[in-house]
Amino acid sequence: MYVAVKGGERAIDNAHAWLAEERRGDTSVAELSLAQIREQLKLAVNRVMAEGSLFDPDLAALAIKQSRGDLIEAIFLIRAYRTTLPRFGHSHPVETADMACDRRVSATFKDVPGGQVLGPTFDYTHRLLDFKLAAEGDLPEAPTAAPRQEPTPHVTSFLRGEDIIQTEPHSDAAPKDITREPVAFPADRATRLQTLTRGDEGFLLGMAYSTQRGYARNHAFVGELRIGTVAVEMEIPELGFAIEIGEIELTECETVNQFKGSKTEPPQFTRGYGLVFGQTERKAIAMALVDRALRWRELGEDNVGAAAQDEEFVLSHCDNIQATGFLEHIKLPHYVDFQSELELVRKLRREAETSTAQEAAE
Amino acid sequence: MTQEISPHRRKGWMSLLATAEEGRLDALFEGLDDTPTHDWLRVPETGGVMVRGRTGGTGAPFNLGEMTVTRCTLKIADGTVGHGYVQGRSKRQAELAAKLDAMLQTAAAPQVEERVLAPLRKERTARKDARAAKAAATKVDFFTMVRGEDG
Repeated sequence: MYVAVKGGERAIDNAHAWLAEERRGDTSVAELSLAQIREQLKLAVNRVMAEGSLFDPDLAALAIKQSRGDLIEAIFLIRAYRTTLPRFGHSHPVETADMACDRRVSATFKDVPGGQVLGPTFDYTHRLLDFKLAAEGDLPEAPTAAPRQEPTPHVTSFLRGEDIIQTEPHSDAAPKDITREPVAFPADRATRLQTLTRGDEGFLLGMAYSTQRGYARNHAFVGELRIGTVAVEMEIPELGFAIEIGEIELTECETVNQFKGSKTEPPQFTRGYGLVFGQTERKAIAMALVDRALRWRELGEDNVGAAAQDEEFVLSHCDNIQATGFLEHIKLPHYVDFQSELELVRKLRREAETSTAQEAAE
Repeated sequence: MTQEISPHRRKGWMSLLATAEEGRLDALFEGLDDTPTHDWLRVPETGGVMVRGRTGGTGAPFNLGEMTVTRCTLKIADGTVGHGYVQGRSKRQAELAAKLDAMLQTAAAPQVEERVLAPLRKERTARKDARAAKAAATKVDFFTMVRGEDG
């Protein structure tokens, strides 16, 4: 129960003033600029854009600065800002097959057309602290080679040729939008994907990991992981045709999953899909694994009761803003609530003591 | 004077203007000889566009998340209407994009093409090529170890 409480204004103002000072930290240390955050903490910026569900690197950098690096707080700021924006419309679905790839790897085929392109990855680093970074210094330019001219088709298209992988039915039906209507269960796949792509990375990582450890095991191979930029096109009503309104960075992960067949489907490979704003590789892989686990019903698999198969559980708890809002509200004043609890427990205690005393007397 | 413009050409320049780097339009606009005054038909406003993806890259659409876009519409002195749609929240950039869109429909087109679009196109290609060149250098060249039984 909430009650209007007066008082505390001075304390709140002073707390916020101190917060501002703590945010700045030691003033003998140079202040961070938004450009520094955007350029040098890019993966934090990407996470805030993905889970804030708004692609705008400058705003995400501002949110990170304002939140003192608390990324969930930053995501909260972006989500709040997002609600103030008028909606101009929606884009054409982005063509990830035409992505200008910085990175593209496949764990299933060594010799894929387009090749294995590592990109700026942490993989194969030794995970030893690099003390050179503690000192400022110039960096040698990264080596270059002649840009690849060949197309980079999706890896799953090769398996489709052999008819050994499940197809994703093409359609242009308008998808449901969780920012416009509440999620109802059972949820369709578009709703699930929209919820997962802005879901908490840590939560999805844990859920995906649980499927790997045997809770709704579906043995995923990373058929393909690609990171790069795609053009965003939107229909402009006043023009009567579509123009490119921007370019965004995306990470796409397609898993290829072993599938022995079910009552309704022949043995084949099935697919899980992850698509996330920015270079967000861990999140995209986790999303694909969780997406696949949630597909048990449409693939005619058994529900083995694993958490990752339970769409109501996954979709209702993966949003870190909903979660933190409910979690953190319990630290706010509940004085009246607690007073009534206190009265209740005192009354029960009195009754218990009275009956014990009566039993002793009898 | 508005000339007959193919949607294809207009789409090309509007896309180029939409993705110009912050501050670039300002600098290039400075280099034009005559720039017209304008009246607003729709003042610059920032909003969100819901970006969609496709399930599995090829299947049914789903909503991925929004991006910020700023748009405006104006009419330059000779009556030509220009639309500006740019990524991000810069009202100035939307204004310049709209004005250039209008100018590209008039006799000023060759000058705008030469002094604004050509450099933008070149820079965009250079930006893409630079990343593609770095990516290409990280492409794996596999070689197979010769095994014992093969001699």
